[in-house]
Amino acid sequence: MKILVPVKRVLDYNVKPRVKADGTGVDLANVKMSMNPFDEISVEEAIRLKEKGVATEVVAVSVGPAKAQETLRTALAMGADRAILVQTDDAVEPLALAKIFKAIADAEQPGLVILGKQAIDDDNNQTGQMLAALTGWAQGTFASAVNVEGDSVNVTREVDGGLETVKLKLPAIVTTDLRLNEPRYASLPNIMKAKSKPLDTKSPADYGVDTAPRVKTVKVSEPPVRSAGVKVADVDELVAKLKAMGVHS
Amino acid sequence: MKTLVWVEHDGNAVKDATLAAVTAASKLGEVHLLVAGEGVDGVAKVAAQIVGVGKVHVADNAAFGHNLPENVAPLVAELMASHDAFVAPATTTGKNIAPRVAALLDVMQISEILSVEGPKTFTRPIYAGNAIATVESSDAKLVLTVRGTAFEKAATSGGSGAVEAVSAGGDAGISSFVGAEIAKQDRPELTSAKIIVSGGRALGSSEKYEEVIVPLADKLGAALGASRAAVDAGYVPNDYQVGQTGKIVAPEVYFAIGISGAIQHLAGMKDSKTIVAINKDEDAPIFQVADFGLVADLFSAVPELTGKI
Repeated sequence: MKILVPVKRVLDYNVKPRVKADGTGVDLANVKMSMNPFDEISVEEAIRLKEKGVATEVVAVSVGPAKAQETLRTALAMGADRAILVQTDDAVEPLALAKIFKAIADAEQPGLVILGKQAIDDDNNQTGQMLAALTGWAQGTFASAVNVEGDSVNVTREVDGGLETVKLKLPAIVTTDLRLNEPRYASLPNIMKAKSKPLDTKSPADYGVDTAPRVKTVKVSEPPVRSAGVKVADVDELVAKLKAMGVHS
Repeated sequence: MKTLVWVEHDGNAVKDATLAAVTAASKLGEVHLLVAGEGVDGVAKVAAQIVGVGKVHVADNAAFGHNLPENVAPLVAELMASHDAFVAPATTTGKNIAPRVAALLDVMQISEILSVEGPKTFTRPIYAGNAIATVESSDAKLVLTVRGTAFEKAATSGGSGAVEAVSAGGDAGISSFVGAEIAKQDRPELTSAKIIVSGGRALGSSEKYEEVIVPLADKLGAALGASRAAVDAGYVPNDYQVGQTGKIVAPEVYFAIGISGAIQHLAGMKDSKTIVAINKDEDAPIFQVADFGLVADLFSAVPELTGKI
């Protein structure tokens, strides 16, 4: 079974996003970019399935600028076998992304597509579900456990009240949540080896997908700032403040 | 504009997040509801009482019993032939279903809206709430999810929606429900609680969480929460997590105890009306957003607070 793993290059999660003064977006010039953390978990899960003998090949794919090659090389260094870069400088929305991944899935015929549940830049949480709709496959979103058994996969999902397990017929779509696994760091020899692994470069047009946005960003602004209140000297003062607000047992 | 709102329910009652979605939908136009599930006549009657509801579509079918998106999304897509907007609460159920509906309709979804600015214009958080985007859809139909804390809850009585059975849809045959481990808590749900008491890594163990955090929550009738660090350290289960990747909450009062205030945690609770922080590190970032900050050792201050409140 082949596993397809889409990965996105995003602002590193340790960098505080700064809204551009002209309100057109978040400043991405000269800041550290990394693989979306949820996508690292996807890559890790795919590699573990390969190590267990469940999967035979892991194909990483990214839609983005030329520099997204670095993100794909990270996936290859972690253990993916080959990569596909669908190169574009445009921001591609989840619906168009799902159409590109659908076309790649048609060509590659994976048994599983494992995606991060959301990218930490746009926070859309849509692409996996949309890909599932377009392929007509079942979806296990927000996964905290993935167990392939024969021609189906059991996915344990993190839902609002706790956990839920669903059984999905393969091929299927899985989106990953934080507690699914802890992604490995690529070792230096593997980083070197990744440089010679195959990386194909394509364009959205190769897959016949129109990436023109459907949603226009009118403006991007800073969130309302919450100002610090007061420091209370001791528990008694805190109790008095709370009681004044009507908070008591 | 005719909207179709996904009703999230537990078989008996309508969940609060739905009521916020109804308020958001009512800003767009006529509000219709969809109640899907098995044996949901009772819930449909409850939902029909929500103020502002015109019609309640009821899809009673075993295939819809566990909200499996493979079965539910085609049902919604079919109903969308006669509606202009699908509106779901941004819960794990809503987030699971809505994008599948959107792709079936060839529509770009707008996720977690915070406000309705115009018929097709909304605000939504990006970068974990570090920026707010105003976005405008150009699609013929809308698919939206609604952040529950950003809208008032619609009143649950006084409405008189007409209940109508829907016969569409069925089992797609590609997925099934196996089981659930839903934590039974004898206290309010995190996302709808008026008061939340959250503990962080400074507690050091699950025993200390029980010993220090739980009694205060008990005394105040509050929900229990935690930072990601406390969840990752195994002090409490994952469904306690408040933050960017956990639950987004906005109670009347939020107690952050032994929580330093990482960006990821602040993203989940900074819309709380009043924030109380107790931390021994006076430079902890949590104090920058707290209305009342107490620099103290939580192991002595919290039991004292529990005793005196």
